[in-house]
Amino acid sequence: MSAEPHAIETRGLSLWYGSFQALFDVSTDIRSGIITSLIGPSGCGKTTLLRCFNRVNERYGNVRTAGEIRILGESIYDPDVSLIELRKAVGMVFQRPNPLPISVYENVVFGLRVHTPRTDLKRSVLDEAVEKALTEVGLWKDLKDRLKTKATGLLLEQQQKLCLARLLPLKPEVILMDEPASALDVGGTRAIEELMFELAGKYTIVIVTHNMAQARRASDECIFMLMGKVVEHARTEDLFLNPQNPKTAEYIEGRYA
Amino acid sequence: MSSVPSPIRIARAERSRAAVLAEKALEALIRLSGVSAILFVAAIFFFVLKEAAPVLFSEGFSLGQFLFSTEWYPTSANNVRYGTFALTVGTLSVTALAMLIAVPFGLGAAIYLSEFCKPRLRETLKVVIELLSAIPSVVWGFVGLTVMSKLIVNATGAPVGVNVLNGGIILALMSVPVIVSIGEDALKAVPDSFREAGVALGATRWQLVYRVLLPAARNGLLAAVLLGVGRAVGETMAVLMATGHAVHIPGSLLDSVRTLTANIAAELGEAPSGSDHYRVLFLTGTLLFLITLVVNLTADFVVRGIRRK
Repeated sequence: MSAEPHAIETRGLSLWYGSFQALFDVSTDIRSGIITSLIGPSGCGKTTLLRCFNRVNERYGNVRTAGEIRILGESIYDPDVSLIELRKAVGMVFQRPNPLPISVYENVVFGLRVHTPRTDLKRSVLDEAVEKALTEVGLWKDLKDRLKTKATGLLLEQQQKLCLARLLPLKPEVILMDEPASALDVGGTRAIEELMFELAGKYTIVIVTHNMAQARRASDECIFMLMGKVVEHARTEDLFLNPQNPKTAEYIEGRYA
Repeated sequence: MSSVPSPIRIARAERSRAAVLAEKALEALIRLSGVSAILFVAAIFFFVLKEAAPVLFSEGFSLGQFLFSTEWYPTSANNVRYGTFALTVGTLSVTALAMLIAVPFGLGAAIYLSEFCKPRLRETLKVVIELLSAIPSVVWGFVGLTVMSKLIVNATGAPVGVNVLNGGIILALMSVPVIVSIGEDALKAVPDSFREAGVALGATRWQLVYRVLLPAARNGLLAAVLLGVGRAVGETMAVLMATGHAVHIPGSLLDSVRTLTANIAAELGEAPSGSDHYRVLFLTGTLLFLITLVVNLTADFVVRGIRRK
């Protein structure tokens, strides 16, 4: 764990998709080693903000940003920042489980293969990484005899756990989760949340969720966003029991969604 | 509202006889168009085989000689020999060379178009590539005969410029557009979530291509290559003009050859209808048909094998 108290800091962050402004002057600090949830109605910019942290939203081309994001003290919009290193340190789990159409084993070691020179990748190193990562997400017992099967054929819950497992060999500092349980059933959702509790502490976790009950159950701090702005950022308990902003109160009471 | 809600109706709605009949007729028509492909292929095969069959039982013809002899003397006055082995080797050598050139170029271009290219340039390139596939094969043959042949003579010092190398290059140029457009479709069909997963794990663009996209699009890319092979094996006019038309097993790239297709095109007009020569040419057509069938079936098995894995 890094010594920085805040894993992620944003200062005056604004973002435009073409001429549409999706984020307005977002300044917030996300603490290291805990679970922070981003909540708010559809289109409030929570996913956009999350996708800024590993700069994966820049794939769409017409994205423009202003302001600053510092991750572990380093400004990620500096010209000398390597996106490859950034994405190694900041992993992401998506809304739809998206394991690659290769074997379970190759999915887990994908990151290592991408980031390490071939000569350093001995079979034993890879085998060890696979066992460790799959054990950490609770898949090892189920999948240890099926490492060679195609990952896209697994159950959805297993696929999502695998998507989490494949981040771990890279030893990320931050794990971003974009509604990681929205494609899963009740059991799958619970399993993913339990997994998050186990991983928190080792990693800083930021999760976007539509589901207020999930934010309440599964996060330590909570950020409420509306129309591209951060309205309130507090400990989850405080935000739900004693919201400071009337708009937050209205949202958590379900007056708009 | 005071009226009692009517109970829901789940009985089949009454329809006019005409509507029912029209639907039946449409269904039959669609089924017919689906089956017609099989019908046409079977009919063509039957017709070609029917023209060829009598020679199989004629005296002085042996199937072994037809397949494995290199001596093709169909008009010899006292010793007629119909050996197509040199022609088969001609077809295979020109096709192999063409694929050696066209597959890397074609797949490379498909990857560039689908993953690396800016949208505006992509549209321009696609139009140009489609234009390339619209050039008639006789024009390609003309290019081979005049331009390419001179280039080859100048560059290698070969005595003649119409040879395996010339035919291979011309066929490669003709197959590339097919490979590019089918290959690009296959890459475009890879779900974007795979690219996103790769990018988020820190893969570079090239790592994304060979670690994610190539495995994901493997079947489609294989289909692209096979359509290219099909184009090359079946091409007639361009190879007729560019390969030199000598019945001869090539010892090097600079030897002239003749292909199965070119041989049929050149000789069918001169062979008296119903003669042995005429029938042997049809038999050659059957052989071509079988070669492409084997290529397609192999591909099918390979693709299925990959899928099962």
